[in-house]
Amino acid sequence: MSGKMERVTVPINVTVNGVKHEAEVEPRLLLVYFLREHLGLTGTHVGCDTSQCGACTIHMNGRAVKSCTVLAVQADGVKITTIEGLAPEGTLHPVQEGFREKHGLQCGYCTPGMIMTAVHLLETNSSPTEEEIRHALEGNLCRCTGYIHIVEAIQWAAQRMRSSHVSS
Amino acid sequence: MFPASFGYFAARSLEEALELLTEYGEDAKLLAGGHSLIPAMKLRLATPRYLIDLGRVPGLSGVRIDGEALAIGALTAHADVASSAIIRQRLPGLADAASVIGDVQVRNRGTIGGSVAHADPAADLPVILTALGASFVLASPSGKRTVAAEDFFIDFYTTALAPNEVLTGIRVPLPPSGAGAAYAKLPHPASGYVVVSAGALIIRQPSGQCASARVALGGMAGRPLRAGATETALQGKALTPQVIAAAAAKAAEGSDPIEDAYASAEYKRQVAAVYARRAIESAAKRAGQKI
Ligand SMILES: Cc1cc2nc3c(=O)[nH]c(=O)nc-3n(C[C@H](O)[C@H](O)[C@H](O)COP(=O)(O)OP(=O)(O)OC[C@H]3O[C@@H](n4cnc5c(N)ncnc54)[C@H](O)[C@@H]3O)c2cc1C
Ligand code: FES
Ligand code: FES
Repeated sequence: MSGKMERVTVPINVTVNGVKHEAEVEPRLLLVYFLREHLGLTGTHVGCDTSQCGACTIHMNGRAVKSCTVLAVQADGVKITTIEGLAPEGTLHPVQEGFREKHGLQCGYCTPGMIMTAVHLLETNSSPTEEEIRHALEGNLCRCTGYIHIVEAIQWAAQRMRSSHVSS
Repeated sequence: MFPASFGYFAARSLEEALELLTEYGEDAKLLAGGHSLIPAMKLRLATPRYLIDLGRVPGLSGVRIDGEALAIGALTAHADVASSAIIRQRLPGLADAASVIGDVQVRNRGTIGGSVAHADPAADLPVILTALGASFVLASPSGKRTVAAEDFFIDFYTTALAPNEVLTGIRVPLPPSGAGAAYAKLPHPASGYVVVSAGALIIRQPSGQCASARVALGGMAGRPLRAGATETALQGKALTPQVIAAAAAKAAEGSDPIEDAYASAEYKRQVAAVYARRAIESAAKRAGQKI
């Protein structure tokens, strides 16, 4: 095969959690495996691998997306945030704190994806109703909690983020 | 799960995308949001030898008013259609349909052009766009042509797009004042895709009569289906709940719905009447009718 621009690997430039990475990747490499296996950021989980469960949710340019359904080459030039990059080392994002305070997790498998989706929600809607929270979580499945504590964790975080916004 | 190997090109302009498409023809597939194509490639249902990524082609996304129509770039994400101020104000029925696609993450990646080009019979946007009388702008090396929704959707996953064409934009005629549009969907409980859905555009006279109606159904055939008997039954009538219910009861007339394990043909016919009624009632309300 000889296409004029064809090659086995493609160079990409991706900023992940504020750090610039240059890499040569196979076009078929999925973004979630680039993050987990090439960068060692294993906080992003693979649940279903079929775009259903949301365990692989990350932010691309500030938007929650399922990284098992994005090619690494599509992330060229994009700013990515994963669960590891939500808060500075040793601290927790209010949504992470909320999940701890309100027991928003049991096995924890779905949690990174839940948190990334919740952060995206609270960035666009600072005081969501319970219904809006549940609607926003449509793309994230949890097999343990029954969702009630997850919703409470997000409500807790929303409140915390609003009050810290007012005080600062 | 990962796709079979392929060669990848990130097109930097529409011209480059068209050149590559001409060069690689049937061996190549265009990539937009990838939210239909990548799952299909992971399952090896699709094994293109080349992908031509439209993601970095400038000028293909965004919503603007162009004369008497709303012009929506093919690469506009579902989330941006759903939240666009112009669309919410002038065509809230379209925003409704975009906001019930999949989930937040899917809406952040999937594009209106990808949904239209993919022509999944269980998709949302083809249905509302058919009801709204939208047309699609197709670019090829020899120029551009515009194809009406009715002529564009042919059958399951089959459209009027030629192998050397790129869908660049969607044009939706702006409804006159006194018009309203709406979308109502019965989602599959597991997949969230359409079981049956209905889109309606009602143009209402100040007297409360229906000047014209367009009603399209999803999930009933390989392509969006116009509910002709319903449209005729509304024409010239007062938009009362009784008239709307009687017209909607005819929605499935003449159709031969596709059956699956979840929904039989008979069930779909019944449900089509219910969802057509809901869409028409909401559209009539938006057109100013008190119901
Ligand atoms: C979990 C999940 C749930 C979903 N639920 C729904 C739902 O409820 N309702 C619904 O309607 N959809 C649903 N979808 C599909 C989603 O809307 C897709 O985004 C859409 O169908 C395809 O858009 P895309 O931009 O991702 O296209 P891609 O996957 O990139 O492309 C799809 C096809 O269109 C072609 N194509 C793309 N853009 C162009 C163009 N500009 N010109 C010519 N050809 C083009 C490609 O070559 C390919 O064949 C769901 C998807 C997922 C993963
Ligand atoms: S692993 Fe990506 S959605 Fe389940
Ligand atoms: S905590 Fe176990 S899947 Fe959600």
